[in-house]
Amino acid sequence: MVAALLLREIQILLRARASIVNPLAFLLLSTLLFAIAAPKLVAETSHQASGILWVLVLFTQLLSLDAMFRRDYDSGTLEQSLIMADVPFVAVLLRIFVQWLGTGLVIVIATPVIGPLLGLSWAAVPGAMLALLLGTPALSLLGSIGAGITVGFSRGGIILALLVLPLFLPVLIFGTDIVNAAAAGLNYTAQIYWLALITLAALIVAPFAALAGLRISVEMQ
Amino acid sequence: MTEPLTLELTTLACQRGGRVLFAKLNLVLGPGTCLELLGANGAGKSTLLRTLAGLHSQYQGSFHGPSAVYQGHRLGLDELMTPLENLAWFAGLESCVFDQHKALTLATRLGILPLVHTPCGKLSAGQQRRVAMIRWILSPRRVWLLDEPLTALDIDAQSLLNQIIAEYCASGGIVVCATHTALSVADKSILQLAAAPEQSSW
Amino acid sequence: MKLNLKLKEYWHKLGSPRWFYQITTSWVTFFGICALLLLATGLVWALAFAPADYQQGNSFRIMYVHVPAAMVAQSLYIGMGVAGFVGLVWRMKLTDVAIGACLPLGMVLTALALFTGGVWGKPTWGSWWEWDGRTVSTLVLLFLYIGIYALREAIPDRDLRARASALVSLVGTVNIPIIKYSVEWWNTLHQSASFSLTEKPAMPAEMWLPLLVMVLGFYCFAGHQVLSRMRLEVLSREATSRWVLQLLQGKSAEAGLGQSSLIDHGRD
Repeated sequence: MVAALLLREIQILLRARASIVNPLAFLLLSTLLFAIAAPKLVAETSHQASGILWVLVLFTQLLSLDAMFRRDYDSGTLEQSLIMADVPFVAVLLRIFVQWLGTGLVIVIATPVIGPLLGLSWAAVPGAMLALLLGTPALSLLGSIGAGITVGFSRGGIILALLVLPLFLPVLIFGTDIVNAAAAGLNYTAQIYWLALITLAALIVAPFAALAGLRISVEMQ
Repeated sequence: MTEPLTLELTTLACQRGGRVLFAKLNLVLGPGTCLELLGANGAGKSTLLRTLAGLHSQYQGSFHGPSAVYQGHRLGLDELMTPLENLAWFAGLESCVFDQHKALTLATRLGILPLVHTPCGKLSAGQQRRVAMIRWILSPRRVWLLDEPLTALDIDAQSLLNQIIAEYCASGGIVVCATHTALSVADKSILQLAAAPEQSSW
Repeated sequence: MKLNLKLKEYWHKLGSPRWFYQITTSWVTFFGICALLLLATGLVWALAFAPADYQQGNSFRIMYVHVPAAMVAQSLYIGMGVAGFVGLVWRMKLTDVAIGACLPLGMVLTALALFTGGVWGKPTWGSWWEWDGRTVSTLVLLFLYIGIYALREAIPDRDLRARASALVSLVGTVNIPIIKYSVEWWNTLHQSASFSLTEKPAMPAEMWLPLLVMVLGFYCFAGHQVLSRMRLEVLSREATSRWVLQLLQGKSAEAGLGQSSLIDHGRD
């Protein structure tokens, strides 16, 4: 079952390349907006860069979450997965994983470009990449809960943001702290552990909650 | 883990928002039964099928039966993938081996063989429904829950559908089909959903 | 063993709307009277008789509204989370009524806590708003409430709305301690110069006694409000059932209205 699920996810990912390009485009665009609107902010390698970077990552993730289940919901493929799959939970988990590949991982890879554009010092980039690598899966996992519940709403974007941003908050706090510490050359092992803990907890809890949300959404049709 | 052979409904009444939709049903459907579901719009036919498929959880009473193939208004086909890829995915979902040869034979019978490598998004509604029919046949499940399967089908396709249902029932499958146009299947039973008696909205 | 059975019986009865309505009739009156007495006493005591703070003067008195409001707002959300959990596990429909009842009061109290916090802050520390652990946590609580409110508005089907609210309340409640911890961590790094509530010196009894009275008064008020809303919702959902009609006819007879002016047919 897993092989078939993965195969389909990859086929979709390759054929709807917008799903990868759009988050990246949004991130670059918003970076550009910051550079234009607040040039002084990004000119100095200040610790503002960490915060701005993370907030932009959160917004990018939000945009990508909205579409996470929507295609499958509209086409009926989602309800078929729930009925036909041996283990629907695994299907949801794989979808979250692939969403992360298309958003979180892309962000991590783009960090060496985006970070310095926002004023992040080169010394901080490895720390930023590590923080994002640990944090973006948590964002995808926690976000999938909101995405699952709101997929049935026609204008669910705002509700999705309201539900999901409080969940993102701890990741934001620890994530920005890691990048700031990296920029200042301080030790950030403790924060790494906490972020990893949050991601692990999200991994355990989120797929179940997302599946419960999806079942509710499917019943709304 | 053996599956039951019959589909049994015991005092089953579906609810939506606290309101019971139809009078309680007590039915036993044995292998080979073709049940046609009739009722006015809004009578609860789709809800009943979704409940039996496990998609709708608000109901009174109980039901028990083998796992089912469900075909709703939404076809369940991914637009970016070809019919063969979709069918392979369905087989994979159930952890079955995908019988490509059988799929191609059925595609030929249903007249869509040249289209098996075209993304489903480019097929017409009727053609997509024919792909869905292949999906039902390829699945090892013994119950088909079909919600208005004759929609968007031309005359040829309609007669093919009736043949396919007849063959499936002959091989021991159970079909529950909600439809506005009568099926031309021999030995079919008809169930008309009756309105529910007045009750509290709790 | 017997106690166990009795508790189980009580638990299942609690899920019955009619029984709930009957048992809470006396509770509502009790909470209402307590709230009135406690709040009246508390307010007078706090505003007139408690000593003025030697640092802040009289402006600190807003604390007597701010602290209870914040405490009850948070308790209400946790109550919603617990109700959500019970609703998802035991499928009791009354839990959705509870969530719907706690929601408006919780939102208002959170907003009140934020507002009174600002009012307290301006004369005391010179600014309407500071970003510290408490303020951020309370603001997040407001968004958690608004989120559930928006969710409930978006789902027309009552049972699905119940399940979605329960799920979201539960996830939000689990999230609250995590947010609190991480915001406190953040706060230790962004230590603002302003006075933090957690570092307050111990309050003398003349100050915290009226606070206690106000807190209890707020809780009783919340209990009264939540139960009243729940009872109203129960009546509305069960409007066509016999016990409600009998109840209303009984009440109309008491009020001296003619029976024919009320409901048409008694339906079971």
